[in-house]
Amino acid sequence: MNPLLTVHNLESSYGPVMALRGVSLSVPEGSIVTVLGSNGAGKTTLMRTLSGALAPRKGSVRYRSKRIDGLEPDKLVREGIVHVPEGREIFPFMSVAENLRMGAFTRRDRAGLAAELGLVHEYFPVLAERRDQEAGTLSGGEQQMLAIARGLMARPALMLLDEPSLGLSPMLVAEIFSIIRRLNQEQGLTMILVEQNARAALEVADHGYVLEIGRIVMDGPAERLMDSDDIREFYLGKAADSSRGRRRWRKRKSWR
Amino acid sequence: MDTLQLLISGIANGCIYGLIALGFVLIYKASESVNFAQGDMMILGAFLAIALLNTDQADLPFLLGLAIAGLSLGVFAYLLDALLLRRVFGQPQLTMVILTIALGFVLRFVIGAIWGHDPVGLDSPVVGQRLSIGGLTVPVIDAVIIGTTVFLVAVLWLFFARTRLGLAMQASSQNQMAAYYMGIPVKRVVSLVWAMSGVMAAIAGVLFAAKGAVEPSAGLVFGIKAFAAAVIGGMGSLPGALAGGLLIGIMEPFAGRHLPSHIAQVSPYALMLLVLILRPSGLFAQVRAKKV
Repeated sequence: MNPLLTVHNLESSYGPVMALRGVSLSVPEGSIVTVLGSNGAGKTTLMRTLSGALAPRKGSVRYRSKRIDGLEPDKLVREGIVHVPEGREIFPFMSVAENLRMGAFTRRDRAGLAAELGLVHEYFPVLAERRDQEAGTLSGGEQQMLAIARGLMARPALMLLDEPSLGLSPMLVAEIFSIIRRLNQEQGLTMILVEQNARAALEVADHGYVLEIGRIVMDGPAERLMDSDDIREFYLGKAADSSRGRRRWRKRKSWR
Repeated sequence: MDTLQLLISGIANGCIYGLIALGFVLIYKASESVNFAQGDMMILGAFLAIALLNTDQADLPFLLGLAIAGLSLGVFAYLLDALLLRRVFGQPQLTMVILTIALGFVLRFVIGAIWGHDPVGLDSPVVGQRLSIGGLTVPVIDAVIIGTTVFLVAVLWLFFARTRLGLAMQASSQNQMAAYYMGIPVKRVVSLVWAMSGVMAAIAGVLFAAKGAVEPSAGLVFGIKAFAAAVIGGMGSLPGALAGGLLIGIMEPFAGRHLPSHIAQVSPYALMLLVLILRPSGLFAQVRAKKV
């Protein structure tokens, strides 16, 4: 499979604070790639850089073998890259239907939009029911669905999903992730999934990267990461067996 | 009958306050700051219209002159945001407040330097005409002001509820980052809101100059009163701005008649204080905590 997106040595910073220190990854077309990491590892910065909200300092991003680093979101959404931000970020005083319409802001084809809306309602029937409800009054899970649905309205080829499980109950997490999997399989939607919930993410993903303080420290097929001792200990919450026969509470979490 | 007459004149005044307050709120929602030059932009619009329309000046056809004055203010406000105010975005809100206050001073002096400091009226087709409806005498201009405001508000409502750009403006004000992610060109949208508010200022200025007379410094007091109206309505609510404007407009003539003049003059601000104490987010507040 050809990579849909190739990131090479990407560096981003907020003023003097460097958040990405040379990240390289590749996203094959039709796959789900997950980026794991703890708070402050640079996951969201990576997403913001890929979607064009933040200009990188160094490095390159190629999408369908075209350089796209430094382009702004309005260009990238037209190219088919959509960012579903962390924490839903819906438009609270607009109706569900209007939120969806804003997701399709860059599109003008009315017929295509109607088809898209039908598709979105098929995946998220609850949004069809709540069409005219103010989005701010939806529950957390519904808001997350709306955020994903709003992203879909742009008919993306690549969706950047930032923490879709944030603040949701385990049942809702399972529901959202099953929809993510279906979107990938049925619509062929390529995704980069940033998650703290490593188990859920590795279950749907094909390939995983581990980000630590702005660097990729480990990557591999999702099943292999799931079995890796380091991943199991640090992200899946399984105690490591130590030679002293008891748990070491403060094992240094360093990779290099 | 007297009361009714006062009421109509109050509503007409209130409409002009309301239009300026709408400008305040539009910009507040788009730029998250207050444009204290709004009143002076209105006076600039008024003087521009006078220069284009009055018989001793350019003497253009009425509607053509109006269109030019409105468009000029729109372009002026667009460029003001695109070239100047956008640069201070991300600075503390006070930066923009001070910048617009300074801009107000500059506008006042420039207007005075070009057109002088004497009060001038606009020669409108309806100047001095009166309507008599059963014992009630209403200046035609008051009816025109009320009609224009109703029309503008309807157009604005349709624009925000129905059009793609109107919705994008709402989206940008409710969640700028998300709007940016959706591919909405937020910077341009904000500048367009400024342009809209500039056009509204020009229309308000024309109505104001047609009703009485304007002088360069009138924008200061007028702008502050309209600001009070916006605060009363709940800074951030468009219907609230209009309601606040009407409230102040209606209150003024009655206060002027029944209260000593020095008290009547502070009545709009007293009302603003009262609202701020009893309902701090205004009469028509649009606030709700974000769900996590």
